[in-house]
Amino acid sequence: MKLSERFADGKFVVTSEVAPPKGIDVAEMLEHVEALGARVDAINFTDQQSSVMRLGSLIAARLCIERDVTPVFQVTCRDRNRIALQSDLLSAAAIGVENVLCLTGDHVTLGDFPDAKAVFDLDSVSLLEAASALNRGVDLAGNELQGSTDFCLGAVVTPEAEHVDLQVIKMEKKIRAGATFFQTQAVYDPEAFAGFMDRVRPLGVPVMAGIILLKSPGMARFMNRNVAGVRVPDALISEMADAEDRVAASIGIAARLIRDVREVCDGVHIMPIGWEGHVPAVLDAAGL
Amino acid sequence: MLVTERKPVDEIVGFLDGEKRVFLLGCDGCAAASGTGGEPELAALEAELAAAGVEVVGRKVVDFLCQKALIRAAVRPLAERLRSVDSVVVSTCGIGIQAAATVLDVAVHPACNTLSLGGIRGEWQGEERCLECGQCFLDATAGICPLTACAKQLVNGPCGGAKDGSCEVEPEVRRCAWDVIYERLERQGRVDLLRREGVFQKDYAKMRPPTELRGTRRWAIDLREEKGGEE
Repeated sequence: MKLSERFADGKFVVTSEVAPPKGIDVAEMLEHVEALGARVDAINFTDQQSSVMRLGSLIAARLCIERDVTPVFQVTCRDRNRIALQSDLLSAAAIGVENVLCLTGDHVTLGDFPDAKAVFDLDSVSLLEAASALNRGVDLAGNELQGSTDFCLGAVVTPEAEHVDLQVIKMEKKIRAGATFFQTQAVYDPEAFAGFMDRVRPLGVPVMAGIILLKSPGMARFMNRNVAGVRVPDALISEMADAEDRVAASIGIAARLIRDVREVCDGVHIMPIGWEGHVPAVLDAAGL
Repeated sequence: MLVTERKPVDEIVGFLDGEKRVFLLGCDGCAAASGTGGEPELAALEAELAAAGVEVVGRKVVDFLCQKALIRAAVRPLAERLRSVDSVVVSTCGIGIQAAATVLDVAVHPACNTLSLGGIRGEWQGEERCLECGQCFLDATAGICPLTACAKQLVNGPCGGAKDGSCEVEPEVRRCAWDVIYERLERQGRVDLLRREGVFQKDYAKMRPPTELRGTRRWAIDLREEKGGEE
């Protein structure tokens, strides 16, 4: 199922992220797929998240499809040039992938191979252009394909970036290049997010608010110091610090954020970062 | 030796996007030796631009455009004329274009592609770096090169990795190149430039210097002209 069809149905779309394992033991990943599959519209498989070498998102997407759950195949530009990226997109279509999220990707310095050569031959915008070309039956160079893809293409945006205007300009470019939906960096301030949505609503493309489950006050402070575009308000950090049951507090905060943003956007994208098992409880609490 | 080639005049006129009055800056160092930045070349460029309906209100060849102090000294007497123009067209290497853009703080357009820096970064090493990409697009980026200023070499805008304006890769020493580009354009009232640009796709084939340049003394000063080079 393409996410674009869900949006067209007027559904508040829910996706959750699952990271492929570092290794070949996929049992835990598949448990998450089966537990979440019944509750979300699709599961995003991250592409070497944080530049840490792992099992690939392409094969994870295939294992997901085999369990009748819709995947969103995440593709970054860090590790592959335009030949390999286009080839992997063709492979993805051939194994039944319908949704692709196109990202630039973290730099290699953040991961476990900081000595690797960072590629970035294409970027998120030109990758979207490449995928759009494949949808039209040609490659980036205009060569005709034997059978074309039919992807629903998505992209990301950071509502709390230093210069929001610059984010919106790039968002417009991504839309022109073929993006039909957006997933955002984590949102913790519903009011600020509503302001962002006022700005991008005229672009006419569905936006899913990013929700990262807070695990501890330390994690929140770490993200504030180190993670671009994430601002956890002090009130939420205190709420976590004062909580007797941190899991319950985390679920409560995430559910409240989802209810708050629900009025202004088209869906949510949950990034559990290891707490995949708590996502159903978040959805229950949010009434989804 | 830095080797540059003049862009076709149509490309330069395209950069102007309706701007009618320009000033020309050349460089008497490597660019003059390359046949792109000296006085005769500026005169030729002026004639080509005039034929395309662009008014050139003045031109100046600076000894070394890679040295910002020399640019400052050279343009001081020209302040009034520079204020009267829409933009400045700079005929030199990527370093000189970036240095001029920084000093002048106005719209600057590149007239050249840089093919080879010959292992040096300008005669006078400033902060500017050029990747010898052979496809200079400093016009679209406010005279700041994202191939060298952005850790991911992103040509279509920033990633989401900047934190408080600093790059995720080297936050202590590197500001987000796109934040810097945006701030310069905002100061110059030209942010719309970013909206005008289409999706840019680098042609990395242009990074291979032309074969006719190889084996010449412009490519390597210790080469003898055995292959019928031009010098």
